[in-house]
Amino acid sequence: MKDGKINVHYVTRVEGHGNIVVDLKEGAVKELFWEIPEAPRFFEAMVRGRSYADAPHITSRICGICSIGHTIASLQGIEAALGVQPSEQTVLLRKLILHAETVQSHTLHVFYLAAPDFLGVNSVIPLATTHKEPLLKAIRLHRLANEWSDLLGGRTTHPINMVVNGWTRLPTPDELRALRQHITEAIPDLEAWVGIFKTLDIPDFERETEYLALQRDDEYAFYDGAIASTDGGTTPVPQYREKIHEFVVPYSTAKHTNAARESFMVGALARFNNNYQKLSPLARWAAEEMGLKPVCYNPFMNNVAQLVEVAHCLEDGVRIINELLAMGLKEEDRSIEIKGGTGPSTAPSTAPSTSLRAGLRTGVGATEVPRGLLIHEYTVDDSGTITGANFIIPTNMNHNNIERDLKALVPTVVDKSQEDITLALEMLVRAYDPCISCSTHLLNVEFV
Amino acid sequence: MMKPRIAIFDFGCCEGCQLQIVNLEEEILDLVGLVDVVSWREATTGHSDDYDIAIVEGSITREAEMERLKGIRQNAKILVALGACAHIGGVNCLKNFFEMDEVLKYVYGQDAKHFDTIPARPLSAVVPVDYAVPGCPIDRKEFVEVVKALLLGKKPPIPNYPVCVECRAKGNVCVFDKGMTCLGPVTRAGCGAICPTYGNKCEGCRGLVDDPNLDSHKEVLQEHGLTVEQILNSFRMFDGYMEVAK
Repeated sequence: MKDGKINVHYVTRVEGHGNIVVDLKEGAVKELFWEIPEAPRFFEAMVRGRSYADAPHITSRICGICSIGHTIASLQGIEAALGVQPSEQTVLLRKLILHAETVQSHTLHVFYLAAPDFLGVNSVIPLATTHKEPLLKAIRLHRLANEWSDLLGGRTTHPINMVVNGWTRLPTPDELRALRQHITEAIPDLEAWVGIFKTLDIPDFERETEYLALQRDDEYAFYDGAIASTDGGTTPVPQYREKIHEFVVPYSTAKHTNAARESFMVGALARFNNNYQKLSPLARWAAEEMGLKPVCYNPFMNNVAQLVEVAHCLEDGVRIINELLAMGLKEEDRSIEIKGGTGPSTAPSTAPSTSLRAGLRTGVGATEVPRGLLIHEYTVDDSGTITGANFIIPTNMNHNNIERDLKALVPTVVDKSQEDITLALEMLVRAYDPCISCSTHLLNVEFV
Repeated sequence: MMKPRIAIFDFGCCEGCQLQIVNLEEEILDLVGLVDVVSWREATTGHSDDYDIAIVEGSITREAEMERLKGIRQNAKILVALGACAHIGGVNCLKNFFEMDEVLKYVYGQDAKHFDTIPARPLSAVVPVDYAVPGCPIDRKEFVEVVKALLLGKKPPIPNYPVCVECRAKGNVCVFDKGMTCLGPVTRAGCGAICPTYGNKCEGCRGLVDDPNLDSHKEVLQEHGLTVEQILNSFRMFDGYMEVAK
C-alpha cells in the first residue's frame, strides 16, 4: 500500500483509548499521529484540599493496573514532604508488593494482550482451544500475582493496607511461607513461557533512542533510586524537572517529553537497558534464552524484557520473603508528627515551590511501575492538607517515543497490505503496553 | 436458544473494574461460554453494535460522552453500571468542587483552552440505568452473581443494608471504638467490610443504602470530633455527586 490513509480508531487490547492516523503518499509518511482521545480526569487538581492521608487512596484510582505503584509513589511523595522516614520493614514489604504488581501487569500484557498477536489470533479467548497448556500456565502465573497482591494489600486492585509510615495489616509468617511456596512452584511455568517466546518471530525493527529508569547500586531498582539514562549520568529524584522536560509541539496541544534527545522511553526495556547487571540469575538466564542484550533498541523487545522482569520479580520476591522472615515482622508505631513552619524539605530547585510560603513543604516520590518511571510530587501545609500536586505518568513519557517509532516503522512495512501495516502499527503500540487511563497530563494530539 | 450478546464499554475511569473481570481467570472462560462478548476493546479486537446487555464502566466527564452513552442505551436492552465511577460518580466528582476553568488551568496551564471537561457524573445522571455493580473496585464474586442473575432474567442480588452488618459478622472491633471515623453505618454492604477488616475505615465507595439515616450519621461523626467540613470531605471521596446533585 503506497498511497492512502490508515485510521485505527481505538487500538484494541491496550488499557485506555488511543488512535493511530497515517497518511501515506508514494510510500512515504505524509502525516502520522498517535492520538489520545481518553477523557482527562484532573487528579492533580482533585487532591487539593484533601488530607495527606487520603492522597494514596485517591491517586491509586488513577490507574486500575498500576494502583499499587501509584499508592507507593504517593506515599513516598507525602512522606518526603512531611519528613517521615518509613522503617526497613515497611520499605521491604512495599518492595514485595510492588513485585506482585509487576508480575500481575506484565503477565496480563505479555500473555493476554500481546501474545495473541504473535500466535495469530484476535484475543486470548481462542488460545483456550489452540494453546490450552501454555494458557493455563499463564493463568496460574497471573493468579499467583493476584494472590500476592491480595495477601499484602488486602485486595488485588486499590490496596487497602498501605498507609503513610506503615501498614494497617501485616502478613503472618505462615502466609509469607505459603506465598514463597507458591512463587517457587510458579517458576517452571515462567520457564516454559521463556521456551515459547524463544521460538516466536519478534519483528526486527530498531530505532536508537534514550532510555530512562531508576537506578540503585545494590539492586535492580523498582521501589526507588536516582533517574539514570542510557546516554549517561543520573539525576536525583527531587531534581526530576531538570532531566525531564515537557514541551508543546507545533501541530498539537500535546505536552510531549524529552531528556537528552528528541524523545525517550521508559518501562521494562528501559530498566533492562540501564540495569541489566543487577538482574537475578533466573532473569539473566531468561534474557539470554530469548536473545535480549543491553542496549536493545527494538521496542518490540519490550515484551521480552517484561518476561525477563517477571523472572526477576519471582526470584527477588523469594529473597525478600526470606529477609522478612529472618527479621521477624512486628507491629510498628505509624503515628507521625507534622513539624510546622520550616518551609520545604525537599523542594526541587526548579519547582514552583521556590516561592512557597512558610509552613508549606514539598516532597517528590518516584518509583518504577510496570510501564516505567512514575513521579508524584505534593505540597502540604501545616495542617497536613494538600495544597498542590504534580504527577508524571510513564505512558505520557512514552507517547513521544511511540509516535517517532511509528513514523520509523511505516517505511519498513509499506510494501505490505493495509491490513498487515495496520497490524504492525498496532503491535508496536501494544509492545509499549500503554496505560492510557493514567489520564493526568495526557499528551493529546489535535488534528488540523 | 441464541446466547445473550454482551458489550463492555468504558468512560472516564481507571479501568480497574474491567480488570477485575479479567482477574476472574478460568471463571471468565465459563462465563464466556454462556454469552457472546461482541465488544470489549480492552481485551479483544472486533466490535459490534448489536448487543442485549451493555456493561458500562466510568463517569461521564465530557459533553460528547453523553451522546455516546445515549447511543449505548438505545442499543442495549439492559444497561449495567460497573463500579463506583459509573454507579455514583466516584473519585472523579472530587473535581466538581472546583470551577472547571480553574481545574483545566491548574493541570494544563496555558494549553487549557484545548481541553474540555464538565463536572463528572454517574451514568444515571444521563440515561436510565437498570442495575449497578457497586464498589471501587467491584467485587469479582458479586460481578459473577450479577451476570448469572441477568442470564436467568432475575434481579441481581445487591444488598440493601449497611457495611456495619458485615463488619459485625466478621467480629471486627468497631472503627469508631478505635478512635477513627467510618462511613460503614450508611454505606451499602456487599464488600464483606473489607476496608475495616484490614484496619482501615469504610470510605463509602459502594454508595449509600436506599434509606440512609444521613443526618443521624453526621451527628455520630460530629460526636467523634469531626468538623462539618471534615464530614463533607469524607463523603466526597466517592459520593461527592450526591451533594452537588441536591
